[in-house]
Amino acid sequence: MNQASYLLLATLLLPVIGAVLVMFVPQGERDLARGIGLGVAILTFLVSLAILGPFDRTLDGFQLIFDKEWIPGLGAHFKLGVDGISIWLVLLTTFLTPVVLLSAHEAVTEKVREFVAAMLVLEVAMVGTFLALDLFLFYVFWELMLIPMYLLIGIWGGQRRVYASIKFVLYTMVGSLLMLATIFYVYAKYGGVTGEFTTDLEKLDDLVLPQTAQIWCFAAFALAFAIKVPLFPLHTWLPDAHVEAPTAGSVILAGVLLKFGIYGFLRFAMPLFPYGAAAAAPAMSIIAVAGIVYGALVAFVQDDVKKLVAYSSVSHLGFCMLGLVALTPQAIEGSIFGMLSHGLTTGGLFLAIGVLYERRHTRLMAEFGGVWSRMPVFGALFLICVLGSAGLPGLSGFIGEFLTIIGTFIAGSNTFPQGWPAFIPAPKILAAVAATGVILGAIYLLYMFQKVMFGPLKNERNRDLPDLSWREIAVFTPVVVLIFALGVFPHRFLATTEPAVNRFIGEFKAKLSEPDAAPHLRGQPPPGEKKPAAEPGEGQDQGADQGEGAEGAKAQPPPSAAPPAANPPTLAPPTANPPTLAPPTANPPAAAPGGQP
Amino acid sequence: MQHNYPLWIIPALPLAGAAINLLFGRFLSRRTVHAVAVLAVAAAFVCAALLIAGPLWAQYHQWVLAGRPEVMQGLYGRAFADPWIHVGSLTIDLAFRMDTLGAVMVLVITFVGLLIHIYSTGYMAEEPRYAAYFGYLNLFTGAMLILVLGNNLPVMFIGWEGVGLCSYLLIGFWFTEEAFAYAGRKAFVVNRIGDFAFLLGICLLFWSVGTLDFWAAGGPDALSLQGDKAIEVYKSTPWLGERMATFAGILLFIGACGKSAQIPLYVWLPDAMAGPTPVSALIHAATMVTAGVYMVARMSFLYAHSTTAMAVVAGVGALTALFAAIMAFAQTDLKRVLAYSTVSQLGFMFVGVGVGAYSAGIFHLVTHAFFKAGLFLGAGSVMHAMSGSGDITRMGGLRKKLTYTHASFAVYCLAIAGIVPFSGFFSKDEILAGAFGAHAAGWIAVYGQILWAILTVAALGTAFYMTRLYFLVFAGESRADAETQAHIHESPGSMTIPLVILAAFTLVLGLFLGLPHLSAVPESLRSLIGQWLDASLVNFDRPSLQGAIHEAHFSDVSLLALMGTALAIGIIGIAAAAALYRRGPSGAVDRFTLGAGAELYRVVKDKFYVDELYDRIIVRPFRAVSQLIFEVIDRFLIDWIIVDGSAFVVDLFGRVARWFQNGQIQRYMVGLVLGGALIFFFATRTQADFDWWQSAPLTVEFDADVGAGPGSDGAVAEFDFDGDGRSDWTGTWKQGEQPLHATWVFGRPGQHEVTMWLTDAVFKKRGEVSKTVTVEAAGQPAAAPAEEQAPVRSGGGGAP
Repeated sequence: MNQASYLLLATLLLPVIGAVLVMFVPQGERDLARGIGLGVAILTFLVSLAILGPFDRTLDGFQLIFDKEWIPGLGAHFKLGVDGISIWLVLLTTFLTPVVLLSAHEAVTEKVREFVAAMLVLEVAMVGTFLALDLFLFYVFWELMLIPMYLLIGIWGGQRRVYASIKFVLYTMVGSLLMLATIFYVYAKYGGVTGEFTTDLEKLDDLVLPQTAQIWCFAAFALAFAIKVPLFPLHTWLPDAHVEAPTAGSVILAGVLLKFGIYGFLRFAMPLFPYGAAAAAPAMSIIAVAGIVYGALVAFVQDDVKKLVAYSSVSHLGFCMLGLVALTPQAIEGSIFGMLSHGLTTGGLFLAIGVLYERRHTRLMAEFGGVWSRMPVFGALFLICVLGSAGLPGLSGFIGEFLTIIGTFIAGSNTFPQGWPAFIPAPKILAAVAATGVILGAIYLLYMFQKVMFGPLKNERNRDLPDLSWREIAVFTPVVVLIFALGVFPHRFLATTEPAVNRFIGEFKAKLSEPDAAPHLRGQPPPGEKKPAAEPGEGQDQGADQGEGAEGAKAQPPPSAAPPAANPPTLAPPTANPPTLAPPTANPPAAAPGGQP
Repeated sequence: MQHNYPLWIIPALPLAGAAINLLFGRFLSRRTVHAVAVLAVAAAFVCAALLIAGPLWAQYHQWVLAGRPEVMQGLYGRAFADPWIHVGSLTIDLAFRMDTLGAVMVLVITFVGLLIHIYSTGYMAEEPRYAAYFGYLNLFTGAMLILVLGNNLPVMFIGWEGVGLCSYLLIGFWFTEEAFAYAGRKAFVVNRIGDFAFLLGICLLFWSVGTLDFWAAGGPDALSLQGDKAIEVYKSTPWLGERMATFAGILLFIGACGKSAQIPLYVWLPDAMAGPTPVSALIHAATMVTAGVYMVARMSFLYAHSTTAMAVVAGVGALTALFAAIMAFAQTDLKRVLAYSTVSQLGFMFVGVGVGAYSAGIFHLVTHAFFKAGLFLGAGSVMHAMSGSGDITRMGGLRKKLTYTHASFAVYCLAIAGIVPFSGFFSKDEILAGAFGAHAAGWIAVYGQILWAILTVAALGTAFYMTRLYFLVFAGESRADAETQAHIHESPGSMTIPLVILAAFTLVLGLFLGLPHLSAVPESLRSLIGQWLDASLVNFDRPSLQGAIHEAHFSDVSLLALMGTALAIGIIGIAAAAALYRRGPSGAVDRFTLGAGAELYRVVKDKFYVDELYDRIIVRPFRAVSQLIFEVIDRFLIDWIIVDGSAFVVDLFGRVARWFQNGQIQRYMVGLVLGGALIFFFATRTQADFDWWQSAPLTVEFDADVGAGPGSDGAVAEFDFDGDGRSDWTGTWKQGEQPLHATWVFGRPGQHEVTMWLTDAVFKKRGEVSKTVTVEAAGQPAAAPAEEQAPVRSGGGGAP
């Protein structure tokens, strides 16, 4: 832990302080609350920018690690750290928070104090989720995120805000509960193998589970993350949440919250359970591609601009998901870049819709038309966001889509060591279908843009729309500048990400080539193979003895089970099938000895 | 190490102009706005000219002295030190390269662009969004320059999509008209369809070759798309026994079809005439639409390896040339006639590059840029005079009033009709000759002659409809209303001067650059542009290409015969149109179009209903399918049935539970009683069951299971072993005893039906169970085999 790692802690704690501070502001003092919120958010952004200073771009692992014991009984640590992947996502979060606080100046006039506090707490949760290097800490932040978002939609939302907020929370909870159960399962298994009970991600990454167990664990994590992404067909909470959320909520929801799904796959689900990921990759790639096309088609027939953009997120996140499972460096970097770009362009689109909504209190395309002639400055900025989202080269969206498509196209036997098939079937066809997203994106986005901005000024009520105020220009400018900057100078971002991505791929493949055996640490022989000469004095022996005893008393392996080598007595649960999702069956023999030392 | 030439300045200048006008245009005066825009393009022209006249010329000279080896290096330059995209093996720099081909394109773009910028200062003088217009025009010029200067496919793609964006913005420039905005969107979307294939072509090339650079910065031996290593890849056969180059070539060509308005993606170009006329001249005639032709010439090293891809290019080009020429016959809008004419001429260019006559295709691109830009600007001048109307049935007699416009227009018409010595004659003739002499390995012998015949018919049509246009606009008496007639005036100097300059170039360009390969012409003067371009195009003599396609080498006689035919075709077309339209609309044609040919005329006038066809088979089904997916899958299936459905089920349980939990003690008592009764009923149900195993030959042991309820104490079990329906054995079980046990010796081995009755002690209810018992004659006792039949309890206790 060096001095610089306190930067991470500061990024996390500043908004907390801000939130507390804001709650002391008297009820009527709206501007003071807004000022404190904006000031704290900007300060947080500057502090997070400072992380780039000590951050070493050449390292591939986690850096600036801040590690404090947190819950000793559980082995949970308060452990933060960044690598080349999470650093940009943290910056995206801290960048968007002041932008949306500024954008909400006129949109939110009720309960301003609470609104600012909710936004800051949300920022804490989001930054914490990206920084957490401890599964338990991650889970706490992950769930913490729900509360302010629930309030944002439920209090400052539109007409059906209650329905939308409950739907949002329930959807997410369903996924995350299974994830929690799986976290404990992994925790117990790791403890069983090493005798050390911890939720430290870096340590758990070394654990190799039997293949069937990996499949089930991956499924549980994948459900939680797929809902968050959201992957087709688990996406229907998204349009409702977006439509009902206030502009600020939509921007954060699309800009940052959706990234947690992809980030979760990248950081947790795939490294922890590579075999499960490999087994699921064909299905996931097809779902991702289906989502690209499906989201685009459905977006095209929306009447509500916000719904259209919400469905476009389904399409764009499909690209990110596809890039992830294609597992080539190009595709994964495309996926990460796509997340950043989507955060900016879609965030920008929601800001633009917010501008229209504040003026007209409707989001139906039919109500608009010819707005450009009244609001040319707005039109230009809106158009840049639209084109960035449609993937015009030179703007940010293109880089992500291009890398994803080309990376998927070349995915295949030549990118893998001998003997490993491509993770995804027919990568060229998948890439080609995904590339239709390029056409479809242009179709629905330009359709929307034409309906809103072009044509005659039919509606009388649009005749006196004021163009953007300086405050609104100040909201848009940083977003638009970054859309350009990412499109023209993507190298800075890509180069920082590359070592982490290469490490991800390398470790993924290395872990994948581990034998299918009882839980063991990577690089070490599985316990079953060295059973005849069990080495005394190793931490795992205590657990192993206990497990053996418990097992011997229960039953002999049924004759139909796998050969004994694959089903060693150490910690394998008494059934032939390796552990399913239920931790109780596996926990007692494993957890009991761990509690004693 | 290569010299890093500041090529990036050429596109950067117009882009800077665009940035100034788009960001601050609203604060600038009109003079400043157009001064910035015009100067930016002029400066780009000067920079390009300096680079070409200096280092590029020197290099070209070296190349000629070296005996014209394969391909010249050209000038290379990177925009900034960082790579653009650098991930794994994928390295893409923002790098530019100017070879002789790029130089020709850059000169055309900046020079014609400059003239059109100047013209626009007059044409758009009344436009309220003056700064936006010039900003877009500059942006377009910059993007187009990136397109032609890019040293790799992705950088080219930046320009490729960038010009599409500007086209979208400028077609829909007057966006308050719904139809104009729609035309812009249609152009962008159709272009995107092409770009989709283009993108896949890029992916395919990267996958197979491993690089996307046209020219490697590391020198001729480094990996590049035209390097030696790449050639092996083009000839390899990844799929279906076809060559790699075919797939990549066709995918890229589909992109070119979108950009250059070829069948089947040409439909956007006629609608693109919604934009301001100078835009049509610059983007939709001179430069952007020729990007596809440029791309095929740029990728000549790829296309040369695939006869199929070449044939596709040439075939689509020839069909488009003919098809568009026919559609131009019946149009009555000045700009639409020119639009179809452009589509048709682009078809000519594609045939040129498709038969390997790359320099002929590019030459036609150059001459066409001048005369077609001139035609559009002339049309703009005419419409300016006619109060903005472009309806040629309402024109006529403009010869006397628009002196400069008329004279220059006549020159352009003669050039496009292919009359000697105007430039169009030379360039079109080179394409026709190239097509006539083309041979494609594996294709029919008269392959080239067929292409030639199609083009000749198209050329005849071209001469005819252009002359028709000319006479309808300028000859005879004016058919406009009095109001319009009173306002007819020649355009200001800012508009006529570019017209005259373009006409002058149209006159001399062919004589200067494209003299035919006749022995009467000194060798050093023959087709100067061809010699210049040879430094950048594939050399068909190289060994790897033997037998694929070879350029035609004609004798003087056959070349003169071809030229004579082309000229005669042009003259026939002009004469026929002159005979019909000399004095305005032709009575003979009207009689035909109203009488015998009415049907045919309508079909042609309505453009063969292609737009309607696309609307029926693509646009509407697309929307319908999207709507269907949204309503059925998204709303109904996922959201209503699954999501809200599961919520409903949970809710339902909650409601039912709530009905019980209402706090009334009576209801709880009812529940208590009912529940108790249920427990009682199930607890006292008689469950007859037994286990069996064989203990000796023919001897079977039976254990009766009397159940666990209160009635089991004193329960009576009866067995029927021989299947006669009567009890053979009876026993009563008391609490605390061993299970009731019976032994029976069967008379024969095999299967026996055994029935047990159980009468419980309390309610005297009688249960019955039957099992099939398999008895073996000899051998060891069988292990409990009857598990599969045990209905309720497991046979665990039955194992010996």
